[in-house]
Amino acid sequence: MSWQRQVLRVNLSKGTCAPEPLNMEWAKAFLGQRGLATKYFVEEVDPKVDPLSPDNKLIFATGPLTGTMASTGGRYSVITKGALTGAIACSNSGGYWGAELKMAGWDMVILEGRSQRPVYLKIENDKAELVDAGEIWGKTIWFTEEHLKRKHQDPLMRISSIGRAGETGCKYAAVINDLHRAAGRSGVGTVMGSKNLKAIAVRGTKGVGNIRDLKEFMRATAAGKKVLADNAVTGQGLPKFGTQVLMNVINEIGALPTRNHRDVQFEGAKDISAEAMLEPRKTDGKPNLVTNQACFGCTIACGRISKIDEAHYTVVNKPEYWGASGGLEYEAAWALGAANGVNDLEALTYANFICNEDGFDPISFGATVGAVMELYQMGVLKEEQLGIEAPFGSAKALTYFAEMTAKGEGFGKEIGLGSKRLCAKYGHPELSMTVKGQEFPAYDSRGIQGMGLAYATANRGACHLRGYTVASEVLGVPVKTDPHTTDGKAGLVKAFQDATAVFDSAGICLFTSFAWTLQDVAPQLAAACEGDWSMENLGRVGERIWNLERQFNLRAGFTAADDNLPHRLLAEPANSGPAKGKVNELGKMLPEYYEVRGWTKDGRLKPETVKRLGL
Amino acid sequence: MMKSLHIDPVKCTGCLQCEMACSYENYGVFNPAKSRIKVFDFHETGRKVPYTCTQCDEAWCLHACPVEAIRLDAATGAKIVDEATCVGCKVCTIACPFGTINYVQDTGKVQKCDLCGGNPACAEACPTQAITYIDADWTGLDRMRQWAAKLDRQSAGHGD
Repeated sequence: MSWQRQVLRVNLSKGTCAPEPLNMEWAKAFLGQRGLATKYFVEEVDPKVDPLSPDNKLIFATGPLTGTMASTGGRYSVITKGALTGAIACSNSGGYWGAELKMAGWDMVILEGRSQRPVYLKIENDKAELVDAGEIWGKTIWFTEEHLKRKHQDPLMRISSIGRAGETGCKYAAVINDLHRAAGRSGVGTVMGSKNLKAIAVRGTKGVGNIRDLKEFMRATAAGKKVLADNAVTGQGLPKFGTQVLMNVINEIGALPTRNHRDVQFEGAKDISAEAMLEPRKTDGKPNLVTNQACFGCTIACGRISKIDEAHYTVVNKPEYWGASGGLEYEAAWALGAANGVNDLEALTYANFICNEDGFDPISFGATVGAVMELYQMGVLKEEQLGIEAPFGSAKALTYFAEMTAKGEGFGKEIGLGSKRLCAKYGHPELSMTVKGQEFPAYDSRGIQGMGLAYATANRGACHLRGYTVASEVLGVPVKTDPHTTDGKAGLVKAFQDATAVFDSAGICLFTSFAWTLQDVAPQLAAACEGDWSMENLGRVGERIWNLERQFNLRAGFTAADDNLPHRLLAEPANSGPAKGKVNELGKMLPEYYEVRGWTKDGRLKPETVKRLGL
Repeated sequence: MMKSLHIDPVKCTGCLQCEMACSYENYGVFNPAKSRIKVFDFHETGRKVPYTCTQCDEAWCLHACPVEAIRLDAATGAKIVDEATCVGCKVCTIACPFGTINYVQDTGKVQKCDLCGGNPACAEACPTQAITYIDADWTGLDRMRQWAAKLDRQSAGHGD
């Protein structure tokens, strides 16, 4: 049993912190982290709740492998009803905070209500208290982390917090820990801000020791690490290039959404790629990338640590941005870059720093700027209201918007609405490249058909981390499928979605799945936890979690009509590259998907599916 | 042949597998708070530096201990804390110039790296060989090899 078997319940309205035992029956059915916290959430929260009301709850949850020697065993997730989407939200983060919470003796923290004044939660092993946050409210995440460590004279404290974006109501505010690791999507940070909760500072010295079979666990985790080390992606590609290894690959296959999805290839892709980050700059002779970095327990180490050119316009006379910090991952490089037609690597790195410093999702932000630039090109939005000229390709507009969104000022307030609300407000809802209100990540589904179905059906809105069929359709993991065909994609998407739910609930990183299948995860879980963690049962657990999330969304008011893609992807063919002439053929895949899911034609769970999964 | 822990910070990714391996070896739990090796993250530069006891020949901790609880393991050269003898006075923690011997609240004793009896768990767990356990007389061998190669390339270049 590598759960700590203890939940911390914090009522922000009453100012109380109380321990309660973990529901072990649920743990055996929903594993941990994403699955288990979602179970708690749906049991306790009305699906119709306004995400920003005190009745919404916010759960920080670890998995059974969090805080162990299993490779990448340092993850946690933030579960709530998303401020951006109104759908179930679950955003996953690495760094060190999740392991620290587990080491303090907690599987999860459930936050309910709303504090009357800004507070932070301080956890030191069993002791938890709410503390006045007056001195950090209105400040950045970077300030908050430094301040709390100094104030409590504890450099080993780990902090997860929101920045000004979360305080000022940006709909896609993130929760950030360890300076630049993000529970980034769907506005989980916005919900945290609405509760007047600034940060959770944790120090845990108890450790994780309740492994079911320690000897077998050490064997199974060592075997898992060897698989990661021997795999070309997790052993070589990711440590060297990070996820940015994809930039040129996805551009070449004509699936790099460019200029708000008008185009599918970006002429500046090479300038913002992994290779460009390694190239010494002409200005100072140093590369953008300083080093790679691991999260807790991770033997892959794909994280990017970058330094901005000190002479670049974004940081001239701003030495606070000259140090090394979290650099561009593929999604951020795409959203800040290709989505806006911007090819200035240093400007993208600066915008990314700002996203981390004040806590907002670079994907939703970048994609919303893409929509703003299109509206500007169409003459709908003007320089006077934007505060700057904003044609596609303008790095200056991008970095200006980042600064304004961080502070929630000027037109940054509007960009903080996200593209769905913004495009509707300015009369062009068709220009919002979203599903269920959440912006697309970096794969154009006209050139990768399965991703269209994965996006349309993802429970938290458009997302690559819920069913990453790119692995199969582009990279050939675990088997190669044709990205241009819809045949077999319904089953493929379901398989990826269900397996992903298990990875996300175990306490490990999804990136292990470039090398690991459930067959590699099962023995690690079985050695750590009591219960049935056979391959067969894990498959069922994943499917159960997926359907639980779906049920919540249906009860929240989502229907089959929301399993859709923007008109542009369904009707405007890709205009270059190998997928030229193609649109996404969602209509061919969706009915089959409902069928393999055991859902009705209108996307609802059949009674026998509910029964089969024990929901 | 005596061996010593050798640390190459450039290779360290900050994964803390070493800290977990250390606490597992000595306490049977995964717990960086109980690790005898610590990884320092200098985030301003991106450098991560594992640091632990270097097993001084003339060990300050050993000489400072009033109850002779710290002894030399002749086989490995490690200075080892005998928990049964240690009274938790912490004088050794003051004497050590490097801070690598520390008090443990749970046990009321001090702890330091003991090289795991000659098979250090941290080195075994390190996925990038940032921590290795090598011939104590030749900890500079890798760096010498790198410079030799560099010099060789340069002189070969000049010869063209």
